[in-house]
Amino acid sequence: MPFSWEKRLTPSKFMLLAVPCIALLLSLLFCGVFLLITGRDPVEIYVAMISGALGSTYGLSETIVKAIPLMLCGLGISVAFRMQLWNIGAEGQLYVGALAATWLPLTFPALPAWVMLPLMVCLGMAGGALWAFVPGILRARWQVNEIITTLMLNYIGILWVSYLVYGPWRDPKGLNFPLTAQFPDAAILPFWGTSRIHIGLLLALAIVAFLYVLFNNSRWGYELKVIGSSPKAARYAGMNITRNICLAMLLSGAICGLAGMTEVSGIIGRLQPGLSPGYGYTGIIIAWLGQLNPLAIVIMSFLFGALQVGGYMVQTLGVPAAVASMIQGSILFFVIGAEILTRYRISYTGCKGGRSDRE
Amino acid sequence: MATPFIQMQGIVKRFPGVIANDQVDLTIYPGEIHALLGENGSGKSTLMSVLDGLYQPNAGRIIIDGEEHKFGSPRDAIACGIGMIHQHFKLVEPFTVAENITMGAKNGDFWLSTEKIKQEIIGFGAKYGLHVNPNAYVWQLSVGEKQRVEILRILYQGSRLLIMDEPTAVLTPPETAELFSNLRRMTEQGCAVIFITHKLNEVMELADRVTVLRAGRVTGSMERSQLNPNQLVQLMVGRDLAGRSKPIQTELGPVVLNVDQIEVLNDMGRLGLRALSLSLREGEILGLAGVTGNGQRELAEAICGLRHIEKGSIHLHGEDITNLNPSAILDQGVSYVPEDRLGMGLVPDLTIIENLLLKNYQQPKYSGRWLLHAKAIEENAAALVEKYNVKTPSLHQPVKILSGGNLQRLLLAREIATIPRLMIVVYPARGLDIGATNDIHQLLLDLKANHTAILLISEDLDELVALSDRIGVLFDGRLAGEFPANEVDLDELGLLMAGSGQTNGGEPNAI
Amino acid sequence: MSDSTLVISILAAAITAGTPILYAALGELLTERAGILNLGVEGIMLIGAVSGFIIAVVTGNSWFGLAAAMFAGGAIALIHAVLTVTLRANQVVSGLALTLFGTGLSGYLGKSYIGIPVPSPFTIQPLGFLTDIPVLGPVLFRHDILVYASYGLVVFLWLFLYRTRPGLFLRALGENPAAADSLGSNVFALRYLYIVLGGMLCGVGGAYLSLAYAPSWLENMTAGRGWIAVALVIFALWNPWRALVGSYLFGGIDALGFHLQVSGVTVSPFFLNMLPYLFTILVLVFVMIRQHGRLTAPGALGLPYDREER
Repeated sequence: MPFSWEKRLTPSKFMLLAVPCIALLLSLLFCGVFLLITGRDPVEIYVAMISGALGSTYGLSETIVKAIPLMLCGLGISVAFRMQLWNIGAEGQLYVGALAATWLPLTFPALPAWVMLPLMVCLGMAGGALWAFVPGILRARWQVNEIITTLMLNYIGILWVSYLVYGPWRDPKGLNFPLTAQFPDAAILPFWGTSRIHIGLLLALAIVAFLYVLFNNSRWGYELKVIGSSPKAARYAGMNITRNICLAMLLSGAICGLAGMTEVSGIIGRLQPGLSPGYGYTGIIIAWLGQLNPLAIVIMSFLFGALQVGGYMVQTLGVPAAVASMIQGSILFFVIGAEILTRYRISYTGCKGGRSDRE
Repeated sequence: MATPFIQMQGIVKRFPGVIANDQVDLTIYPGEIHALLGENGSGKSTLMSVLDGLYQPNAGRIIIDGEEHKFGSPRDAIACGIGMIHQHFKLVEPFTVAENITMGAKNGDFWLSTEKIKQEIIGFGAKYGLHVNPNAYVWQLSVGEKQRVEILRILYQGSRLLIMDEPTAVLTPPETAELFSNLRRMTEQGCAVIFITHKLNEVMELADRVTVLRAGRVTGSMERSQLNPNQLVQLMVGRDLAGRSKPIQTELGPVVLNVDQIEVLNDMGRLGLRALSLSLREGEILGLAGVTGNGQRELAEAICGLRHIEKGSIHLHGEDITNLNPSAILDQGVSYVPEDRLGMGLVPDLTIIENLLLKNYQQPKYSGRWLLHAKAIEENAAALVEKYNVKTPSLHQPVKILSGGNLQRLLLAREIATIPRLMIVVYPARGLDIGATNDIHQLLLDLKANHTAILLISEDLDELVALSDRIGVLFDGRLAGEFPANEVDLDELGLLMAGSGQTNGGEPNAI
Repeated sequence: MSDSTLVISILAAAITAGTPILYAALGELLTERAGILNLGVEGIMLIGAVSGFIIAVVTGNSWFGLAAAMFAGGAIALIHAVLTVTLRANQVVSGLALTLFGTGLSGYLGKSYIGIPVPSPFTIQPLGFLTDIPVLGPVLFRHDILVYASYGLVVFLWLFLYRTRPGLFLRALGENPAAADSLGSNVFALRYLYIVLGGMLCGVGGAYLSLAYAPSWLENMTAGRGWIAVALVIFALWNPWRALVGSYLFGGIDALGFHLQVSGVTVSPFFLNMLPYLFTILVLVFVMIRQHGRLTAPGALGLPYDREER
């Protein structure tokens, strides 16, 4: 090949910005080919998706509604990823957070809102934190691969929610549907006017601010950065890695658990299976796309919220909503593939047999 | 002499920000030992990686037996009879010797026939005097034995040119002597050898011809018999060697460090230190010689609390610090410059500012309970970079772009700034050029003058003799001997490093 | 049903339920031996399951379906190869992307095939006189042909890894690619090869679910089996025989849960369904504690290979 990769000394600033945009375009093209092969018109589908998600007040507000849990999951995941802890259990943490938060209004339905809601937030965060703590301590103590344990706990958490709503927590007046009783009004998050946008948005933005300071200006954030970059150096500098792994997982899980709480309390008003269409997994893409930067994660979660809403909208064209998750997965492909452009530059060597990737 | 075997003409190889080879020519004749001499960073290893097919040159030609060749990979070089032994051995540690060697075979069978290979290895070994046990696992072997396996493998794949990258750096003096005699035996059989080194005495002892590189260019290429060591230094450094500053005789203070009979496990879970004792006074430099892997890292890490001490105790200024956690020991004024500069001592992806913060981020000056004081941190970093002459385009650059000398200056700057009572330095000048080495040595001597106790662990005997007050030898996790620096007998030191001359059962005497 | 026939039928069911995991685990084992971590197994299995199913329905021939599953699995793994080998992307993230993409794509492709039966699924073909061996016969030799093929595959992979030259180079590739490279083996091409072969096996694992085990198509029908396979490779310490034992252990837990349900034990089915996942975690913890955190994992697993890295 007459081209070769030349390593850059420092990542290219331009490419850091350009890569996500290029990746988005390429993945639309790539999925377009798939759609074409399967006999659909990609342009029609994309137009329907965009206009569905952004072309109306309803679409826009729904996009924001979807962006809230996505943002929370992305933020939670970014805390763990910064320490090279591959927490892919956001989905399970979300479910367990929802479960823990649900327990309160089901058990004490008469509490006033100012007691109920803060306690539900705490319970939701505690549930998610617990679900992330188990893999955290296993990893810190015995180097048990957290990718697999967090993932397995996803299935267990979701099954546990199913068990409760099909069994002990099923609403006796619910005509045998697997649902808990409707929450009392005091357990519903305040929302704006007629839209479904709820106050969870403000909670999420508060966490953005918190993480921004944490990552950039705090002592603990500095420890996280060092441990994430080089555990050996962190140990050498006297940092307590075991404790920090556990703390990071706790915080990560707590934020994902909050996403579960805001979903049951802000959107659904009860616990039910299928509570999340994979927010926890999409959150991984968002965190990575946002380069683990809280501000970028905000932007990405709106983008992916729109993608999700667009996915629902095209169902009217007879296209499965899975098309959205297909596009999401492929965006991630192109982003990580294109990341090489930030670390290397392509140079033309001209001579045959010039180095590099011979394949 | 006969017709050239290999000619490299006008080789240019660029890395980001550096030209490692600039229009380099090199000619190799069959059956000769050709020394490639130069300081670290002069481009020797790069040039050889080009010849080995590992790197593709940006310009230039390689002519073998009168025919031009382009190497896309080491496979092409192997096909032309070129084999290279790198500084980091390319052996697969969990494999046996036989498995490693058979990987080099040109046309091996589909099925592995270990018995046949073992016979061949033994035969080859006898022919060249290279004896190894084919059934041993590579991770069980000593460094010298691993090198023998590498040579055997290259001969086994039918190479006519053996390139060795600083082969003696990891060997004890007796092992070096054995290697030299093996190499001579190989050239008698018609094999050519390229020998990369920066040690003049090795060139004078072994080489038939010499090519000297400086800053990526050839500064001379001639028969050894036409040369004397002073000319070689001129060619290599471009100036005469400045005399090293002699250690100032400082008044030795009270005992700072007292290590008493400690036992520590190594990474393989076996004893890495065996009942090792030593002590160190204020303003004293204790040098520890020894071949890598004899307990150096384990000792440094045990003192710093990074490795669990199974038996024995360590006292600092009379206080027991055995198995305290690392941060508590740091607070006691123990500073450590590890051999692994980039990765342990410094975090490659973090900026200079962030790296300089590593040891003092908890001090009230630089952080409160929760938040960092960005301004004080940056000012401190700027002051240190200035004071210790670290060359960098900006304080916000990740440290991985710095050169070896600047990395080490940065690391020492941070460690000295903690005003340590005890400083442990491991291989402080490894891989540095002469200028940077002198800087680092001066920093250590200044520190000594400030009454810091220094434990200097090194493989470089010249460095140890130049800096230390006392010199001990680490062998197999024990202190195998100890001398005042001005009474050191290098031959005896060499023997101790190789494990002979050890008084059996006798405890090393700690002072 | 007498106790002994119950045990035999549970054991036989364990093998059937373990077979898709076994194929996937062997695929992942091959990939990891080459030094590449592929966390996309779940996604590849789904792609294999759906493409095998569709082709089997369209052509009416499950063998074509199987071939399609292998092809699709290899093709999708090729993306991982391009990203991790050539573009040196983070292997963890690339694998996750593969799973997300595979889940989405399989859901999209399979939407209109839900609830359709397979025209000619792989069915049980007892192996003649071998089934007469007491206990072992009915347990081992009363299965479909893909199960028999998996026995052969384990033997073959074991021989390949430890008794042949290419196997030696494969192991070297995962332990120390620089060594393999300096000996003239083409690290990049070989890693591509083993990633694609691994993907093909994962595809077969998926197709086994949709063409023999179920046999039908359901969205997300792998239900985490791909991840269990990844965990199994660790449990197996990268050895095919141990992967076989591990797969049947998991299959056994699956089968046991099912049998308990049928026999009317009053445990919620949701708890029984949790068992394999719970067991995976426990097994991993057990392995890690016993190994004191030091695994015999391929030395270069998860690291991109850059020849000029300085």
